[in-house]
Amino acid sequence: MARAVTPARKAGMTILAWLVALLIFFPILYTIITSFKTEGEAAAGFSLIPSGTIESYIEVFSQRDYFKPFFNSVIISVGSTILALLVAVPAAWAMAFSPTKRTRDVLMWMLSTKMMPAAGVLVPMYLIFLNTGMLDKLHGLVLILTLVNLPIVVWMLYTYFKEIPVDILEAARMDGATLPKELIYVLLPMAVPGIASTLLLNIILAWNEAFWTIRLTAVEAAPLTAFIASFSSPQGQFLAKLSAASTLAIAPILLLGWFSQKQLVRGLTFGAVK
Amino acid sequence: MGSIQLQNVNKTFGGHAVIPDISLRIEDGEFIVFVGPSGCGKSTLLRLIAGLEDTSSGIIKLDDKDVTDTPPAKRQLSMVFQSYALYPHMTVRQNIAFPLKMAGMDKGLMDKKVADAARVLNLTDYLDRRPRMLSGGQRQRVAIGRAIVREPKAFLFDEPLSNLDASLRVAMRLEITELHQQLKTTMVYVTHDQVEAMTMADKIVVLNAGRIEQFGSPLELYRAPANRFVAGFIGSPRMNFVDGADAGKYSAHSIGVRPEHFALSRTAGTWKGTIGVAEQLGSETFLHVHTEGHGMMTIRTHDEDDYHHGDTVYLTPDANRIYRFDKAGLAA
Repeated sequence: MARAVTPARKAGMTILAWLVALLIFFPILYTIITSFKTEGEAAAGFSLIPSGTIESYIEVFSQRDYFKPFFNSVIISVGSTILALLVAVPAAWAMAFSPTKRTRDVLMWMLSTKMMPAAGVLVPMYLIFLNTGMLDKLHGLVLILTLVNLPIVVWMLYTYFKEIPVDILEAARMDGATLPKELIYVLLPMAVPGIASTLLLNIILAWNEAFWTIRLTAVEAAPLTAFIASFSSPQGQFLAKLSAASTLAIAPILLLGWFSQKQLVRGLTFGAVK
Repeated sequence: MGSIQLQNVNKTFGGHAVIPDISLRIEDGEFIVFVGPSGCGKSTLLRLIAGLEDTSSGIIKLDDKDVTDTPPAKRQLSMVFQSYALYPHMTVRQNIAFPLKMAGMDKGLMDKKVADAARVLNLTDYLDRRPRMLSGGQRQRVAIGRAIVREPKAFLFDEPLSNLDASLRVAMRLEITELHQQLKTTMVYVTHDQVEAMTMADKIVVLNAGRIEQFGSPLELYRAPANRFVAGFIGSPRMNFVDGADAGKYSAHSIGVRPEHFALSRTAGTWKGTIGVAEQLGSETFLHVHTEGHGMMTIRTHDEDDYHHGDTVYLTPDANRIYRFDKAGLAA
């Protein structure tokens, strides 16, 4: 039975929702605020009102090349996402529509790889990269981020494909569609929202991935995560500058997330409501 | 042309033989209904004919050509699914045209065929709508339209009416029967509803646990059921069965009497009982009678007399219409 929603209750819930949202968003907001402070203001303590200077940004741009790591981030996140989708679409398709006794186990096994701390395989991975000449190379990073995010991509697509009634695919077969035609005319159009949200989420995950991208790059392939990191350690506590670098690094993905939020929410809650 | 032949077809899922061994020949132009309780293998059998399932062994022939290993797309059969299985992202027009598009038909001819099918099925006004904007009956028509437009060798129907409400189901039943009379194309129709089977079929295949219990015309099955299972399954309300000494009097292990084959009396008769529920349908009445020694029996009566809960009645079976079964349940 639906509970009656009183205006007071609705107002209370709205305020609560805003507070929670603000709480979650606050670290990002404070980073943006700090980036418009002088180093003195930033070190002085908590304050929500910056002086509005852009000197930190000017300094960041003068000290480092922003665009190279930016494009590296684009190549790595988009490249690894496309590669992951190319592997995951057929995999999820097979598991969703012709499952075997082991399908469940395979899915759990893939997910279990996400439970292992990445640091546990850092040394072997580093050695593999070193010996194959993939250290500080874009293709190396594309490869490792594909592998890191593949389980999530397969799971998301699998869940999404499971929602597509198998009858419809069988109908296409009865109507004379060969496997490629069945994929192109029936499955893919129906799965577009799911594939799109998987793509977006994976780009965001890959963009933000910091563990491998920082450790396996130096100069050539360094993405924006490494760009931020480069401002933190060697130069001590330059909070405003660090904030400016962080803001620059997260701005593109924040914008992407903002413009695609409808698609993302639909993808992430798909199947929850009929 | 569209004859279908199954030779010693076996289907095993994970060690369990859903269909142990079935042989069957369906002639061109026949309307065949597979009927049986849920889990009897009727849908599996249809899916084997469609090619959506692979046989574990045996041969399937279409027009005397072996198609056992032919994929569904190449069998030139059309199928109507219980869920309709329309393509949600396509309009009605695109849905109906899909098989033609897959066959690489020329656009002009395709449009003409779609328009013809839409006219036959009263869908002309809905051609530009998406399936979700249609009612259940309209969706079912689109599914049928998609099936007829390509002029297949045979139509396969998998419980197509079970998602419709009762009145629509009766109407669609007639439409499908009429369609068969017009097209004269082989139709294989799966249902668990014996009324659909009786009213639509040229011949009925009664299935139970993956075996064919009997194959014959509706009236053959009604008049001369091969065994107790068919006797109990065909006919509504179902046949009453009596075992023991009373059956022995008719020199049978058990006997069956249809609800319509009783004489009813308030004073004397073979079996005495008390009326439990009396279902008044207007044109006829179903009496559910608790008999002494033989459990519940169902009686169909046209008697105008008012029978009520708790009344004592005597039932006398029509001796000429008693079905006798031996120990194995076979008609004796």
